[in-house]
Amino acid sequence: MTMARFVRKNAFRNKRRSALTALSIAFSLMLLTLMMTIWRAFYFDQGSVQSAQRLITRHKVSLVFFLPGYYREKIRSLPGVEYVVNESWFGGLYKDDKPENFFAQFSTDPQELLKVYPEFQIPPDQVEAWQRDRAGCIVDADLIKKHGWKIGDRLFIKGTIFPADLELNIRGIYTAPQPTESIYFNNVYLEEAYPALKGSMGFFGVLAHSREDVPRVAKEIDEEFRNSPRGTKTESEKAFQLDWIAMLGNVKAFILSICVAVVFATLLVSANTIAMSVRERTREVAVLRTLGFTRTKLLFLFMSEAVTLALAGGLLGSLAASGLVTVMAHSPQGSMFLNGMNVTAPTLLLSMAAAAVVGVASSFLPAYHASRQNIVAGLRHIG
Amino acid sequence: MPVPIRYNIRNLRVRKGATVMTALGIALTVTIALFIMALLAGLNDAFMTTGDPLNVLVLRKGSTSELAAGGVQRDAMQILKEVPGVAVNARGEPLISGEDILVVVLPRRDGTGEVNVTVRFLTSLGIEMRPKVKLVTGRWFTPGQREVTVSNSIRKRFAHADVGDKIPIGSGAWDVVGVFDAGGSEHESEIWGDVNQLSTEFDRTVYSSLLIRATDPSAAAALKNRVDDDQRLKLNGMLEPDYYASQKTSGAPIQFVGIMVAVIMAIGSCFAAMNTMYAAVANRSRDIATLRIMGFTRPGILTSFVFESLVLSLLGALIGIVLMLPFNGMTTGTSNMVTFSEVVFSLRMTPFVVGVAILFAMVMGLLGGLAPAWHASRQNIVAALRN
Repeated sequence: MTMARFVRKNAFRNKRRSALTALSIAFSLMLLTLMMTIWRAFYFDQGSVQSAQRLITRHKVSLVFFLPGYYREKIRSLPGVEYVVNESWFGGLYKDDKPENFFAQFSTDPQELLKVYPEFQIPPDQVEAWQRDRAGCIVDADLIKKHGWKIGDRLFIKGTIFPADLELNIRGIYTAPQPTESIYFNNVYLEEAYPALKGSMGFFGVLAHSREDVPRVAKEIDEEFRNSPRGTKTESEKAFQLDWIAMLGNVKAFILSICVAVVFATLLVSANTIAMSVRERTREVAVLRTLGFTRTKLLFLFMSEAVTLALAGGLLGSLAASGLVTVMAHSPQGSMFLNGMNVTAPTLLLSMAAAAVVGVASSFLPAYHASRQNIVAGLRHIG
Repeated sequence: MPVPIRYNIRNLRVRKGATVMTALGIALTVTIALFIMALLAGLNDAFMTTGDPLNVLVLRKGSTSELAAGGVQRDAMQILKEVPGVAVNARGEPLISGEDILVVVLPRRDGTGEVNVTVRFLTSLGIEMRPKVKLVTGRWFTPGQREVTVSNSIRKRFAHADVGDKIPIGSGAWDVVGVFDAGGSEHESEIWGDVNQLSTEFDRTVYSSLLIRATDPSAAAALKNRVDDDQRLKLNGMLEPDYYASQKTSGAPIQFVGIMVAVIMAIGSCFAAMNTMYAAVANRSRDIATLRIMGFTRPGILTSFVFESLVLSLLGALIGIVLMLPFNGMTTGTSNMVTFSEVVFSLRMTPFVVGVAILFAMVMGLLGGLAPAWHASRQNIVAALRN
């Protein structure tokens, strides 16, 4: 019998206990994998190539304040700027105020939107149809599927921020690399419904020449409007998204404390199991010693058992997490957080590594005690 | 006769290592659940305790927030002053307050970035209509001056918000002259200044909202309908508490993540408790057989082991509550999904929250203990004695 086989046989010899331990570790590590996935998506992921090349310019104080429309041409004339498009958050209600019926509506310029967002896939004839119809809109493909709409349908959206309602015709369907849950419509339509808005824009989407230009362009834009009555805040699209996350509160501390609690809980579960298992095998340990197993070898044996169990749990948990993320990213509530997220290979490896560390750390003390025990006393032990 | 409780307690003591480790695992889960529930309780409290049922809040028709575009025309206030059912104060002035809302960016004191904070502009009449709001230090802003009074939480959470500091609003700096306490309501997240100073300085011709005090609850309902039905005004009236209650949705993201985390951790802890209880049953199979011979029934044994598991989980709950105590009352903030600015609130371990946490731990103990206890009550006496 090889050492590996011996370890495996021992790790799973009390089937129920091994299964319960592995399951308990699996649930904890599933949570750990989920948290790491969210962390990665928020703070490491740079998004698509186009997203990294894009900036958002908004009012310095808050997104609820508008910027003058003439800023657009001023931004366009700055070096390093490829395209600029205006966007305004409409924030209306479709059907009712239930969260599952919520989606984003932006008024924009149909001529230039798709130049700033080149990753949106849409047939050219649909773009043309949208540009021709002032009351037209284009809709994310996922949203079309969710509500069962089709091209030519009429959407009625009740305004809450603006004293105006929208009646839009679906003219095109676009697919984006990450679900956007958005519709885009002509800003002229909104200006006609609410004339006070004429000449004001919510924010600007700016496409820079290259990724390297982004920080310089951001500085230039803000510098340009520094002494204007309405100052701007320009940042990369990713930083803009992070601002929204930061508004939720101290998300980093929240995720970190959950991770610490989870790892600690796993440690306790694993240590408890190994301690129980060692206690039951007091006599067996003494027999192994008389057979010539060294103390180091026994220490290694018990620790390997713990690592085997923890890894089994870890594998189960991280696989379950990948499944859960895939399912939740498509549920109406879950998509709010896990939009476009997936569990990557490095995250899985990291979570397995955490499992292995937990296995080692939890088993050292019980295993050390077992390897140190007195042979004669062990042989006499009745348990 | 039931198996004596002391038997279980002593057994937990004999296997202290396993007991402590399992209880600690449950405690961690309880702490996380408590933390999230206390967070939500504090947030809900901020929204639910704001507003007086006699106050009617008036917004532009179709709007759901004081920050929406297009506001309430000034002449609407004149019309509504004359409406029957509006209360008057001791000086005989009708209690109606035209108010304006702005958002400013302030840096957090702990250096975690800048966030939006709501500034409410009103008159002394508006302050009078919110008796829960009390001045603690300094004084109220003077009409016609660039002065503001800040809430206690704002002063604590943000840099440059102490009495004597200046807060930039628009292009000018406004002096902080006092601090008020809003008794945990949503005004706790606000800065207050003079509405007439704002409108002259920023040339704002409309109010964001009107607040009207009714003489009694039925007058409040009548006022609300009166505002809604007047086709000239194109306004929407609602009772002040209802307006703030509708902002409770701001807690939805925390609630969603919180429930998910707590449930997953609880399932993990259930398995751990099950493991410990199975080991307890296995170690004591001879005990159990002896008890059976002495005449203790199967249901008796079952109850005894479930009880042991419950005691274990209660121990966990107790440790969890103690672990959570230092966080109780901590102030934190999240974004209000209606105004996009910070809501400041405190973590509140209310009796209800603690009760739910204990119940939560007991469910873990029950689910973890039931199968092993069933196993214990079913085992063969003769085989167990021979073991």
